[in-house]
Amino acid sequence: MYVYQDHDQTLLEERVAQFRDQTRRYLAGSLSEDEFLALRLQNGLYIQRYAPMLRIAVPYGLLASKQLRTLAHVARTWDKGYAHVSTRQNIQLNWPAVEDVPDILAELAAVQMHAIQTSGNCIRNVTTDEFAGVNPDEIEDPRPWCEIIRQWSTFNPEFAYLPRKFKIAVNAVPDADPALIGVHDIGVQVIRDGNGDTAFQVWAGGGLGRTPMTGQVIGECVAWPDLLAYLEAILRVYNKYGNRDNKYKARIKILVKALGAEKFRELTEREFAELQGGPMTLTDAEVTRMRGYFTDLDYQPAGDGSALRQALDSDKAFSRWFHTNTRAHKHDGYRAVVLSLKKTGRAPGDISDEELEAVADLADRYSFGELRNTHQQNMVLADVRDEDLFALWQALDGLGFATPNFKLMTDMIACPGGDFCALANAKSLPIAEAIQRRFDDMDFLHDLGELDINISGCMNACGHHHIGHIGILGVDKKGREYYQITVGGRGDKVSKVGSKIGPSFEADEVPDVIAKLLDVYLESRLENEAFINTVERVGVEPFKERVYA
Amino acid sequence: MPEMIRDGEIVSNEWQRLDADSIAENGVPESGKVIVPLAVWQAKKEALKARGDIGVCLDPGEEPEALADDVSALPLVAINFPAFKDGRGYSYARELRTRFGFTGELRAVGDVLRDQLFYLWRVGFNAFEVRDDRDIQEALSGLKDYTVTYQGDVHDPRPIYRRA
Ligand code: SF4
Repeated sequence: MYVYQDHDQTLLEERVAQFRDQTRRYLAGSLSEDEFLALRLQNGLYIQRYAPMLRIAVPYGLLASKQLRTLAHVARTWDKGYAHVSTRQNIQLNWPAVEDVPDILAELAAVQMHAIQTSGNCIRNVTTDEFAGVNPDEIEDPRPWCEIIRQWSTFNPEFAYLPRKFKIAVNAVPDADPALIGVHDIGVQVIRDGNGDTAFQVWAGGGLGRTPMTGQVIGECVAWPDLLAYLEAILRVYNKYGNRDNKYKARIKILVKALGAEKFRELTEREFAELQGGPMTLTDAEVTRMRGYFTDLDYQPAGDGSALRQALDSDKAFSRWFHTNTRAHKHDGYRAVVLSLKKTGRAPGDISDEELEAVADLADRYSFGELRNTHQQNMVLADVRDEDLFALWQALDGLGFATPNFKLMTDMIACPGGDFCALANAKSLPIAEAIQRRFDDMDFLHDLGELDINISGCMNACGHHHIGHIGILGVDKKGREYYQITVGGRGDKVSKVGSKIGPSFEADEVPDVIAKLLDVYLESRLENEAFINTVERVGVEPFKERVYA
Repeated sequence: MPEMIRDGEIVSNEWQRLDADSIAENGVPESGKVIVPLAVWQAKKEALKARGDIGVCLDPGEEPEALADDVSALPLVAINFPAFKDGRGYSYARELRTRFGFTGELRAVGDVLRDQLFYLWRVGFNAFEVRDDRDIQEALSGLKDYTVTYQGDVHDPRPIYRRA
């Protein structure tokens, strides 16, 4: 992973000092509530329903074991002993006190962590495929580009006060969209140009939230040295022309839609023409340096695989977990392992201090000391030797992280919702739990196959409900919590927004509604047809009819 | 005279900034350094251009392009921040300096506060009318919040990977 140089570390320390001073001035009354609001948001600090929430950046989801241990220490010392993995691969603490935040940041800075730009109307944490670097389908490792973008966006002076938040994702898999670039403000697709060189197809104007839409291709083929110049050109157009009067119309998607892709491209190209070939141009040396940070793992040659085969043959539970929660790896003899943070009864994505430490130990022992957060609120040990899988599985099973439900129905995405979030219309965690409890038969879940259920507590869509195969959105009906159901969204290939099936439901009706949706699927599916494919084949109508019959 | 920051020092502000209403009523003063709104500049450009002591203030939505032909004649351009959260002025400043080659005084006015000063300076502002209910001495230290920057800026266009 990226190794901090002296200047990177200095920057973090200067940030801690700056935020300490801002907090001091706020508490002393010389910074107004509104002024501090903008400053603390740019440092990931929200004031939530019951307490502040601090969002800690995990650049493109990648964590080192020593960072996990520090997170455990921070959660124990300043919070209630647990942390939360967010859908943007970050870590959230739900109970820190405002006056403690400078000390928390100092502790984090010691292990090269921070909360810079994890909120506010600025460029947020750049995200990518959680299997980046080990995914056999990718054309190259996208993380060096993520790090290049991270540095360009960090404290970029021109783009700190944008009309609205701004999210960038990078994907290097040709025929799939694991990073969800289609629903980001900017999506960067790594491609090959005619000469086989790295280039980028740049999308803009995607997003979920109140007005979900998928982005449009703005830059067909941007040469790699021009990546930052092109991004800067888009940001400049957005900074100048994005709507600042109505926050619901302020995202870049609204601007791209209003201008049309053609006009937006023209404005971008005009800015780009001035920047191209200028000092922002990326150098060979810089790209080589960045790539160097992501290729130094000391992979061992594959063994004969007999131990794994034997374990698979003799242990059914292990075999089920292996087939569900591990993924193919670029290197022979290795697998990527998903740690499910979706055991029934656990709020999706929550992890305690002791569990963070245990996971850090496992990362050291089995996966080069690294771990990734996923946008589905799970974790990944990306580099596990075949020979170690059985022992790792046993350890994970002991920790409650071996639920074999990766991508299955109970591997739900849920935002913190009304239990924590001040913006919520309704709770989301109890809905997730009610569904997990109702459908807890592993054989049934495996027979159902891949199914994404995504739950958001309000329109802001932090739980990505629009792109759930089944989406659940908390709405407020005369002061009571209701849930609106959508069907047919997808975030797996090219992102697609689901359709509403009809009037919303009370909380205790939701599991029954889900059961009816599943019945329609089970009755109509063709052999080996996944839920989403059945929906696309038969349409939403039969699902509607059954639910509202 | 009120104080302001220019080129890293606290100095007195010898410029008078007038809005469109007061100019409509009293006209542009015959002499003295005056900052006028863009619309006034555009209406009276021929008369004002020769004076050399007239600056122009841009509001959000008024792009520097409107001054493209005038930058060499203007000693001062002010960019107004009605609210510090409206960041259009950052791009305007950068454009004035890099696209249009403006070398005169570039002044941030309006809701100008200590915690934005470093960024404002990086995109090309060299002068700041800090909001008058704030301690200007304290604001001055905002220019020194960071010693490290990743991107190039108006002072050094090279990003960090080209500096070594
Ligand atoms: S979707 Fe709404 S309720 Fe859920 S975390 Fe986001 S803002 Fe809060």
